[in-house]
Amino acid sequence: MPEPTADSADPPQGDDPEPPEIDLPSDAFDAVLDALAERDPGDPLRFEGFSVARGEETDDEGDGESVSDEYVLADGDRPTRLSERELHAALSERAPAVTDWYVFERVVGEFGPRRAFLRWLEDANGATVAARYAALAEGIERAWGELRITATVTDRGERRYDVRHADDAGVPVDELDAYDDPLDARDLVTFDEKGRYRPLKTAPSLAGDWVFPDLGPRDAYEAVETIYPATVANWHREREGELDVTHWREAMERQSGIYGVIKTWDRGEGYEHVNWVAEACCDDSQCLKRREWEYDDETDLDVDGGDGVFPCREPCSVVVSAARKWTRLESEVPRTYEFELTPSEKEQVEDIIDAVADGRIDEIREADTKEGANRYRARFLRAKLFDDEGNLGGVPTDPDEEDEE
Amino acid sequence: MQSLVIVAHGSHLNPGSSAPTYDHADTIRATGAFDEVRTGFWKEEPHFREVLRTVEGDEVYVVPLFVSEGYFTEQVIPRELRLDGWDVSEWDSDGLSADQATLIAEDIGREVHYCGPVGTHRAMTDVIVRRAESVTGDPDVGDGFGLAVVGHGTERNENSAKAIEYHADRIADRDRFDEVKALYMDEDPEVDDLPEHFESDDVVLVPLFIADGYHTQEDIPEDVGLCEDHTEGYDVPTDVDGTRIWYAGAVGTEPLMADVILERAADAGADLGTALDDVRETTRVATGD
Repeated sequence: MPEPTADSADPPQGDDPEPPEIDLPSDAFDAVLDALAERDPGDPLRFEGFSVARGEETDDEGDGESVSDEYVLADGDRPTRLSERELHAALSERAPAVTDWYVFERVVGEFGPRRAFLRWLEDANGATVAARYAALAEGIERAWGELRITATVTDRGERRYDVRHADDAGVPVDELDAYDDPLDARDLVTFDEKGRYRPLKTAPSLAGDWVFPDLGPRDAYEAVETIYPATVANWHREREGELDVTHWREAMERQSGIYGVIKTWDRGEGYEHVNWVAEACCDDSQCLKRREWEYDDETDLDVDGGDGVFPCREPCSVVVSAARKWTRLESEVPRTYEFELTPSEKEQVEDIIDAVADGRIDEIREADTKEGANRYRARFLRAKLFDDEGNLGGVPTDPDEEDEE
Repeated sequence: MQSLVIVAHGSHLNPGSSAPTYDHADTIRATGAFDEVRTGFWKEEPHFREVLRTVEGDEVYVVPLFVSEGYFTEQVIPRELRLDGWDVSEWDSDGLSADQATLIAEDIGREVHYCGPVGTHRAMTDVIVRRAESVTGDPDVGDGFGLAVVGHGTERNENSAKAIEYHADRIADRDRFDEVKALYMDEDPEVDDLPEHFESDDVVLVPLFIADGYHTQEDIPEDVGLCEDHTEGYDVPTDVDGTRIWYAGAVGTEPLMADVILERAADAGADLGTALDDVRETTRVATGD
């Protein structure tokens, strides 16, 4: 057995599944010829396991007429000289490697995020062509936020992608609303399943019941880019070790206009307020991005950044807008109020805050009066404890109000 | 490879805010003039900070879908796009004449052509007129009609009023409408008193806003008296103190806006082929017969 060349990957292992039969499409073969035409004779075009170069012009007969063999194929054995017809036959025998080259070099193209993402989907940097084609024939599934992306290969070596909500995994395509234009995803991400506007695309509130059943590589990337904008670009930068993280303090220093006030919230007295912001807005239950920004480049927050596949590189516009509100609210001086509550009423107030904070109010059943955040329970509490002005326990918010009366 | 990036405000609260941006992007995509058309937002995603890293092209044109030069076009967008060395003097503008500045965007280490806002481009005048045609359903509207161009006014940005006056003057010069007036929401002459400013029985009211939202759907209809409360809705036209007001809603939703975006990119050097003619043709108002 010949030693593997530097170009060839590891030989397939015995327990690898059989790759599917692939017919070499003419556009892939033509692309190989075009690529060779752009190279000097002898400069090889490398595929997994072999390479092809244009033949050097030779004059074997010594009669002054060069030509004969047009191409040279090297696969570890002695290089073989081939005519174009023979090359086609040789490449047809090696159609998986040739179509793999064609997909990534000619269809997917160079753009870093797109290329890295589509290669990652099928582990193209780790698995051999044979192993990948066998796996693609079965369908390779990947998660991206709430998406389930399934990559497959046709008998011509083309990649096809099924993109849908993870909750719809396994549902037949004809039971879902099917789309083929990735830009249609703009409408799918605008509202959650209750019809509420989603201001944050990476919130874990993506509605389902739709599918892009048969996208090509570029459209699959565009669908993901539309559903989770810039997440692939940031993930790619992170993998390259080039993610540009802007921490809280620097991000707030940059704000101007109505958001300029936020920087006054950082008073050099610690960062607990930013812990609260992150716990409120950036928890995995609220956003699927993995928070990589901290208080500043020396001070980590105490709150977990989450487990998302794609990173969050700076406080987003939703956090900035909320922080503006909190900056105002947190500038108020605390006061002592005195209310009388039964122990159950105190716990009920806590239940209500929990239910709202966890987005659970719609789950609490109409007649389930065991739940503190049940609507009848809340209405009873209001009827009992609020005065005509809506003051809890009849205690005015501003103590001066009492004096004025 | 030539790329267009349309940057707009967007909204955390209003799901329709981004719709005009997407619609115009689609119109421009259909012309094939650009290899890619991307959109970026201040309040939606991708954010201004991250939109350029989604762009593949090496000739990048950034067009702000904003009505006037000011805080957003001069400070926020250049800062968030990380345009290296940006200074408002790059535009050398009197408040109406910003064309383009070519700067390195630090985020991608490539040059981008940062264009002036759509609202101050001369082609915007045609969009306002087209909006009047759309809302009346009459491609020849003008005779017997007044036209009110309405904007914020100077409270927040002095250039806002300049853009309104600029287009109102240009439309008046065409002698198409019987009267053309610039009116404002927060200064005189105020849009609240619209019938007092016009002698015509019919007046088309075109707000110079990019997207329909609070100002165009709640503020102006109530201030003008089209309805007591915006939740009731209003008819087009609505009779107010003897004047029939044809309320057009935000001019930015008019399909011809795509033309202004293209004009901005063309002024900055983009190669558009026949796209300008194509867009002007495909967005025309049908004659209705």
